[in-house]
Amino acid sequence: MNRLSSPDELEKLRKSIIKQRDPNKPCITICSGTGCHAYGCERVAAAVKQEVKQQGLEAKVDVRTTGCHGFCERGTLVVIKPRNIFYQRVSVDDVPEIISETVLKANIIDRLLYTDPNTGKKIVYEPEVPFYKKQKRLVFGNNGYIDPTLIDDYLAVGGYAALSKVLFRMSPEEVIREVKKSGLRGRGGGGFPTGIKWETCRRAKGDTKYIICNADEGDPGAYMDRSLIEGNPHSVLEGMIIGAYAVGGHQGYIYIRNEYPLAVRNVQIAIKQAEEYGLLGKDILGSGFDFSIRINRGGGAFVCGESSALMASLEGKVGEPRAKYIHTVERGLWDKPTNLNNVETWANIPLIINQGADWFAEIGTPRSKGTKIFSLVGKVNNTGLVEVPMGMTLREVIFDLGGGIPKGKKFKGVQTGGPSGGVIPESLLDLPVDFDELTKAGSMMGSGGMIVMDEDNCMVDIAKYFISFLEGESCGKCVPCREGLKRMREILTDITEGRGKDGDIELLERLSTVLIDSSLCALGATAPNPVLTTIRYFRDEYEAHIKDKKCPAGVCKELITYQIIDEKCPGCGLCVKACPTEAITFMGKKKPVILDQEKCIKCGACYDVCKLGAIKVE
Amino acid sequence: MRITAKQLKQKTKSILDNYQRDQGMLVSILQDIQAEYNYLPKKVLVEVSRALGAPLSQVYSVATFFKAFSLEPRGRHLINVCLGTACHVRGAVRVLEAIERELAIKAGRTTKDLKFTLETVNCVGACALGPIVIINGEYHGQMKTDKVKALLQNYT
Repeated sequence: MNRLSSPDELEKLRKSIIKQRDPNKPCITICSGTGCHAYGCERVAAAVKQEVKQQGLEAKVDVRTTGCHGFCERGTLVVIKPRNIFYQRVSVDDVPEIISETVLKANIIDRLLYTDPNTGKKIVYEPEVPFYKKQKRLVFGNNGYIDPTLIDDYLAVGGYAALSKVLFRMSPEEVIREVKKSGLRGRGGGGFPTGIKWETCRRAKGDTKYIICNADEGDPGAYMDRSLIEGNPHSVLEGMIIGAYAVGGHQGYIYIRNEYPLAVRNVQIAIKQAEEYGLLGKDILGSGFDFSIRINRGGGAFVCGESSALMASLEGKVGEPRAKYIHTVERGLWDKPTNLNNVETWANIPLIINQGADWFAEIGTPRSKGTKIFSLVGKVNNTGLVEVPMGMTLREVIFDLGGGIPKGKKFKGVQTGGPSGGVIPESLLDLPVDFDELTKAGSMMGSGGMIVMDEDNCMVDIAKYFISFLEGESCGKCVPCREGLKRMREILTDITEGRGKDGDIELLERLSTVLIDSSLCALGATAPNPVLTTIRYFRDEYEAHIKDKKCPAGVCKELITYQIIDEKCPGCGLCVKACPTEAITFMGKKKPVILDQEKCIKCGACYDVCKLGAIKVE
Repeated sequence: MRITAKQLKQKTKSILDNYQRDQGMLVSILQDIQAEYNYLPKKVLVEVSRALGAPLSQVYSVATFFKAFSLEPRGRHLINVCLGTACHVRGAVRVLEAIERELAIKAGRTTKDLKFTLETVNCVGACALGPIVIINGEYHGQMKTDKVKALLQNYT
């Protein structure tokens, strides 16, 4: 591999890569994100390669294992380009047929197509699948075209052109002006304008400045950062190098969760390849600009997503935040000016440089520009990652892209912004999603998690879940967060276990105010959001727990009983075997079983195994 | 497995050298050590502290702060039950309770025969398959309480 030492050499290399590729040659792309890995995509990919080899088709067909395509619900995904034939739930057994029928004879295999559950129609081409149709995949779209472990694939789709433009045709000030003009706001949660952050860091005193990519995606239920850095790592690196040039930094860090082993591996490979091409390291592209990147793996602490805690962890200390009277852009890592942005923010930068701030600013709403990737999960038909323009309504995201709620259940609420966000009820489904609208509703954008909940989810239990999570993740440095969350969790536990009393709701609200006003960092200051929003929108559920000692959703163990519906029970005995405490007695075939409430531990095993709906929760 | 003092010193040295004995890489160093020994042995922590020139108290505080580290030996098979929000709303707690009953240990503990360690994780980002249980790095999706027993029997 030759080091590139000028923009011309980069363009020459790009041309030679593109020339070698025939756009009309069939290419079988296999989604190899973490989601598809869990379905066994590795075996599918191996089978495809084996089959192509066996049939001697290597010259006629390309095979590419790509990053995450986003539609995790239907993995393993296989897309055959250039026609973009979309096959889903592909297993190893389907591989020979895909090659002999679809690749060689251009025949479509009906059973592997996606069926639109609303119309019952089979859909052949990827862009026509409703899940993809309304998306605007600017940042995420290239995932389907490139093998994240091959830098040439990234170059073939125009990679590092923005870097070359910046280094040779723009001053750092011009770069900052462009980013400011684009209106890009931080995608990690806070929504702070990126250009202003860069400008402050550039102006901060000191020669040594650091650049950090925050890939410590700790928000449970959100995984867009992982899929981006795992599926298109070079776009993140390119953004970071441009940022370093603008700010005037020469050392960068990627702080990444160790729970994402594939992402860690792909970034390591990407850094090495970029260094070999001279796109990273000393004298980048012959410009005289130096910048190198190191990877630090996190240790599984949610609070390390907070900038000052992350930096403490980078220094080899406990990941505790500090008060930010002086911002980290002035004094951050090792007390030097430090510019930290999140994965998705970095990946937006090359786009803005290539296409221009004006183009970018046309997408989205007046105060939230561009697109946002959301991870649409929970009780929704099409689980996956969706990238949509800012301002799309929650209803469109959940029902048009997400395909609505499984099993015909009723929508209850959607949690946005992770543990720091809030639950938004059905009445606000037409809310346009952008930074400010979500905040107004008492929630927040956060990193873009969207957890959909249906009638079977108890809102008090959800509030308890988030508060327990945050209690565990509170670093313990400041009293309001450490003690306040503990008290709130105790109160919520009491409510869910039937010990709730009058005044509990008001006490939760008062404690929330204390946390918001006096916590040291955003973890504590935003922690009450799940409680406050559930009280605001679902107060009747709290009251049912406290006054009637009932859990309307049938979740809180102490407040429910499992019962056999005699008319529906054929006495098959499945539940008898499943019961760990022998609380269910078999009464003979065709006779309903009997459940002994004294012995029942309410584990739900019987409910899970019963296929006839003969067990109800009250 | 008994680790001799010499082996331990050598292994630790090579891990430390991989990171140029940089204090800033402490978390990564501890991760590699844990990957090697399955937990963080006290002797190794002492060695790390000496080599990095960082007080043992700092190494200990980092080792106990992060959820990923264990100061006690763990079982041959590591079970991680994802309790991320997406898994939670799909009933992950019931799955966890079923595993706890089956192994007769609580989350965070190891079985007496050192066969299984049961831990929880706050999201692995495979939400489409929730509830998800990860055993030795292998993903088992769409878990249900009645599948637990059969799943655990695969491991000896």
